[in-house]
Amino acid sequence: MKLNIIVLAKQVPDTRNVGPDAMTPEGTVNRSALPAIFNPEDLNALEQALRLKDQFPGTTVTVITMGPGRAAEVIREAMYRGADGGYLLTDRAFAGADTLATSYALATAIKHVCPNVDLIIGGRQAIDGDTAQVGPQVAEKLGLNQITYVEEIISIDHSPLTIDHCTTSEGRARNGQWSMVNGQSIIVKRHIDGGVETVESPLPCVLTVNGSAAPCRPRNVKRVMKYKRCLAPMELPQGTGFGDLPYAAEYEKKPYLKLGQLSCADVNADLQQCGLAGSPTKVKNVENIVFKAKESKVLTGSDEDVNGLIKELLNERLIG
Amino acid sequence: MNNVFVYCEIEGTQVQEVSQELLTKGRKLANTLGVQLEAVAAGSGITGKVESQILPYGVDKLHIFDAEGLAPYTSKPHTAVLVNLFKQEKPQICLMGADVVGRDLGPRVSSALHSGLTADCTSLEIGPHEDKKNGKTYENLLYQIRPAFGGNIVATIVNPENRPQMATVRSGVMKAEVLDPNYKGEVIIEDVAKFVPEAEYVTKVLDRHVEAAKNNLKGAPIIVAGGYGMGSKEGFDQLYELAKVLHAEVGASRAAVDAGFADHDLQIGQTGVTVRPKVYIACGISGAIQHVAGMKESGIIISINNDENAPINTIADYVINGTVEEVVPKLIKYYKQNSK
Repeated sequence: MKLNIIVLAKQVPDTRNVGPDAMTPEGTVNRSALPAIFNPEDLNALEQALRLKDQFPGTTVTVITMGPGRAAEVIREAMYRGADGGYLLTDRAFAGADTLATSYALATAIKHVCPNVDLIIGGRQAIDGDTAQVGPQVAEKLGLNQITYVEEIISIDHSPLTIDHCTTSEGRARNGQWSMVNGQSIIVKRHIDGGVETVESPLPCVLTVNGSAAPCRPRNVKRVMKYKRCLAPMELPQGTGFGDLPYAAEYEKKPYLKLGQLSCADVNADLQQCGLAGSPTKVKNVENIVFKAKESKVLTGSDEDVNGLIKELLNERLIG
Repeated sequence: MNNVFVYCEIEGTQVQEVSQELLTKGRKLANTLGVQLEAVAAGSGITGKVESQILPYGVDKLHIFDAEGLAPYTSKPHTAVLVNLFKQEKPQICLMGADVVGRDLGPRVSSALHSGLTADCTSLEIGPHEDKKNGKTYENLLYQIRPAFGGNIVATIVNPENRPQMATVRSGVMKAEVLDPNYKGEVIIEDVAKFVPEAEYVTKVLDRHVEAAKNNLKGAPIIVAGGYGMGSKEGFDQLYELAKVLHAEVGASRAAVDAGFADHDLQIGQTGVTVRPKVYIACGISGAIQHVAGMKESGIIISINNDENAPINTIADYVINGTVEEVVPKLIKYYKQNSK
């Protein structure tokens, strides 16, 4: 069995290590002060995909990321770890997208790149927004089932569940390409509030993976050597082509060094549903929150101070 | 038409607390807007069991969807319930809990209806909005307020054009208050088959374990919380010791959870639990907005930190400048000494 797997990954500012210079005095985000990283849970998602590739040779793992030229770094990083290739979805028309417009663009790209996809896997959420919305929204746009909060893929097999009609939640049959369900199903373990669940879903479907799932394998040195010169056209200096690069001949000989790149027009996306225009949510305002400072009593860690505090709390019947 | 809707999450026949908190908030929003509050309950064998857990919060109309395939929760059938009900009822606002179910269901429904959704709101208000670009003014929009960008800023989001305006809210952020135990609301038993085509039942739940919450953070009068400054999982052991002595619960900041020092269900903050204890002891917690959002209403806040400029100190009633290793054993010692 060979699977076609799409991994959705995002390059995000590392909001976990925010320094004092992360915000401008005007209260906007100073992106240049934050390193751009592979969204952590997308790495957990990649690992689940790579495990399936280990188990089913011939499986392809393709990364799709939406963002500016530098986001192609995410594709290279995934390739160093075992992904087969990827596409940078990039266009000015995608700028300012909220989760809904983002999922529209991603769903459109998936249909274009891989109409016979078996599995779409992404992280549960990205650390710059923490919304966990894009996975389910992509699933709905494609009329596919979803399993969120995935901890582990237990098995995939040809078997029990067979459905011959994929429908959207409106109950309307989707266009032919999503109806080719081949009787495969997937069994996964997922987290739910206060517990765990093991569920089975027909393929194709969308999974979103938790950060507590298995960590991603490290880079493979041979793969780093092989793919380190991979570039998306968007990363080249403006007005230049692969032929102008110092190692131009290599790009001729090894076409895999040219990463896929897709614009709005390439995937036939409806401009009205992309970027700011396609985003129902608007940011009304953004503020730096200043909490009302209280008058605090400042103590040291000395025996005397700690003893005094405990006595005070006990006297006020706050503890005890 | 144009009413406020709350999706009620149900485990067995038990309506979840977060849903009752949202019903309370939904009632207030409906009053401000001069519309009705409606609730949706979907599950199996729930008719006759959930009404008394929902109507007293001031619900004017309760839609019950009772069918075998609707419990346990799976994504597509519940999506079909809401999408088709909303096409018929055209709500202006829909609220749901920001837990696993709400965060699985909300985005799916918003994608189908092309309506905006804001996750993990910490405050919801009604107000006007002026769109400077198209020169249009909107009255009575739902302000969806949430910390963003890792909790470093707070954003107010609006959905000017699309309906319903959808928002998810974490458990504990709003307070549940019964409006009237005998509130007279209408109960409508809906014909599930009309809303959910057979083909939607695609996920099979093979196995399911749900345990009652291991901790009682939400209701605890005293909380001892640890942050990244605890340094390790072992570092948390002394917090458990202190908590045991004080009869307190242990909580954690997101940084400590992300670092693997504490379990996810101990997380306090915007993306965790919101708490309001009498006493909150913050140990080695710097105090990112996203954490403070979940504990700022605590009665007395004590911060133990060796960084005297830690942001949390500004909202603390007592600041102890010292290391956790040094101070926590002393707290235990002097509590034991003085409480006898």
